[in-house]
Amino acid sequence: MDYFLELFFGGLTRGSIYALVALGYTMVYGIIELINFAHGEIYMIGAFTGLIVAGVLGSLGFPVLGILFVALACAVVWSAAYGYTVEKIAYKPLRNAPRLSPLISAIGMSIFLQNYVLLAQTSDFLPFRKLTPDLGFMQPFRSFLSSSEIFIIGATAVVCVGLTLFIKYTRLGKAMRATAQNRKMAMLVGVKVDRVISATFVIGSALAAIGGVLIASHIGQINFYFGFIVGVKAFTAAVLGGIGSVPGAMLGGLVLGWTEAFATGYVSSDYEDVFAFALLVLILIFRPEGILGKDSTQKV
Amino acid sequence: MKAKWILNVLALVMVTMLAVGCGGEKKEETASAPAEEKAAPAAEAPKGEIVLGVAGAHSGDLASYGLPSVNAAELVAEKINAEGGVLGMQVKVVPQDDECKPEKATNAATKLLSENVTVVLGHICSGATKAALPIYKESKIVCMSPSATNPPLTQSGDYPNFFRTIASDDAQALLGVNFAKSLGLKNIAVIHDKGDYGKGFATFAQEFIDADPEINVVLFEGVTPGAVDYSAVVQKIKNSGADGVIFGGYHPEASKIVSQMRKKDLTIPFISDDGVKDDTFIKVAGDYAEGVYASGPMDISANPLYQVALDAHKAKYGTEPGAFYYEAYSAALALLNAIEKAGSTDYDAIVNALHTEYVETPVGKIKFDAKGDAEGVGFSMYQVQNGKYVELK
Repeated sequence: MDYFLELFFGGLTRGSIYALVALGYTMVYGIIELINFAHGEIYMIGAFTGLIVAGVLGSLGFPVLGILFVALACAVVWSAAYGYTVEKIAYKPLRNAPRLSPLISAIGMSIFLQNYVLLAQTSDFLPFRKLTPDLGFMQPFRSFLSSSEIFIIGATAVVCVGLTLFIKYTRLGKAMRATAQNRKMAMLVGVKVDRVISATFVIGSALAAIGGVLIASHIGQINFYFGFIVGVKAFTAAVLGGIGSVPGAMLGGLVLGWTEAFATGYVSSDYEDVFAFALLVLILIFRPEGILGKDSTQKV
Repeated sequence: MKAKWILNVLALVMVTMLAVGCGGEKKEETASAPAEEKAAPAAEAPKGEIVLGVAGAHSGDLASYGLPSVNAAELVAEKINAEGGVLGMQVKVVPQDDECKPEKATNAATKLLSENVTVVLGHICSGATKAALPIYKESKIVCMSPSATNPPLTQSGDYPNFFRTIASDDAQALLGVNFAKSLGLKNIAVIHDKGDYGKGFATFAQEFIDADPEINVVLFEGVTPGAVDYSAVVQKIKNSGADGVIFGGYHPEASKIVSQMRKKDLTIPFISDDGVKDDTFIKVAGDYAEGVYASGPMDISANPLYQVALDAHKAKYGTEPGAFYYEAYSAALALLNAIEKAGSTDYDAIVNALHTEYVETPVGKIKFDAKGDAEGVGFSMYQVQNGKYVELK
């Protein structure tokens, strides 16, 4: 039972990160039907920003929690700025181009950002300081749930609830839903569609940055390639849950995290990815729209 | 047009940010040794001359591995000739390029035979060496590689004419396993990164453990490099009841695994290979790196002959020597010493001398074991102590 719980929480942590990043994929897809392949790099940039800010604050002797919140805030702001700029540079000019063009532009952006950070920083792995304080009361459980894992799971839960409420109850959230439903109609009834799209990129990037800083603090190291695999996995999670659906991305992330953790624990870590992608294939065969995706009928 | 203004500012910010920050140290590539002219005098070697063939990649993309051997052979030959040669005969170096390609290696070997080589220093790559060895074996020519690490070259027993001055790939795994035994470990988890190098190391380690009734492999698994976290595999190690971990792979994965193990209060010994014996590992894993064991090439810089070889290279070529230079220098010394001790250029006499006579070289005082591996050359175990790798004697 202990072993099961350990794997369960390990999978939950990993799944939370996937979920945080997958939200960005799914929201962007929901609104403009674009798969933003540069999203993993935004996550990586968030982590790098956190590294720099934490390094500066750490050398000034700030307390751990203070560093965590300032680093998170800075990472959120920087990544949001990147998300916004990437959209303006790489996707907006192609808004009315064939579907393939923005996709290729996204891949180009991803490679560009990776190499940009590689040149501006270094290809080496860099140590990332631990930003989460040790929670004293967790001592008896720390063998299967560490404080940084609690922070990751907790932050993800807060973000998911907050995002759901945001989409449901705010004007911007309503505008986002309207744009997702029918962009042209939304425009006709006075929704500023461009602004909504920008907001989507900003929010998605901010969430990815939170994930980036928290996981970097959890595993203690980053490099420029740090976002690539997470990007692929989070995209898988988004598709698994039903791309375009916000709860779907969260669920997809968790399902993927648990699949990997239990496959590693009960079968072999050699097959971690095999199981993850086999699950994806199975879901796509039997439920092509994803677990919570809507079966959208093609408009004529 | 406020949005446009914001956009411009953001674009500017994007270009400037991250350009400052924590730029890492840049490692300078050391220039490879100057290209060597191919010497190809077709005339038959006159009596009273030792012909030292040097085969390996002297051109192509792997030339940086082969050319240092040519330099080493030249320097050793020069030194020995100045001291009166071997058995009163002068040493002539005959380089032959094989580009590390097996099909060219057989040509190179035939070419060297036609030049009446006495002994051959080379080849450089394991594949090329394997292709060329039967040709030398048939003609009874001793061949010594400074760099071919593939274990079966010596261990298969197929090539009694083959020797090497570098430890084979499995030597490290054997060292790791023996070290684990010396720590009193019984149940070992063998983890690798699924790569050629890491998995190769792990597989050898597993074989050595299986061959020993006192210790067992309780877990043998590969992890995915770059995965988000390794907590599941760490739990698995814990659950397997292992009292030690042997890891084959590189430092990014090792540092993640060690950190997560330590965070989960799993303090069992962690033993790894020279992919982990890297200062970046200590930098990244920080405090969690303390106490980690990793094997790496023996530190030979305290050896006076190391300094001699280094100075000779700097004096003649003006550069730092390249890859496998000291191994090649040692091999040339060992070959010529064996001829000297054997008192003749007869094949059996040379082979016998290589097995029995010690010779002082930059890689240490060596002779060769029954299979052809240099004794005393190889790896040492290091441990991270106070943020530094310390060689354990």
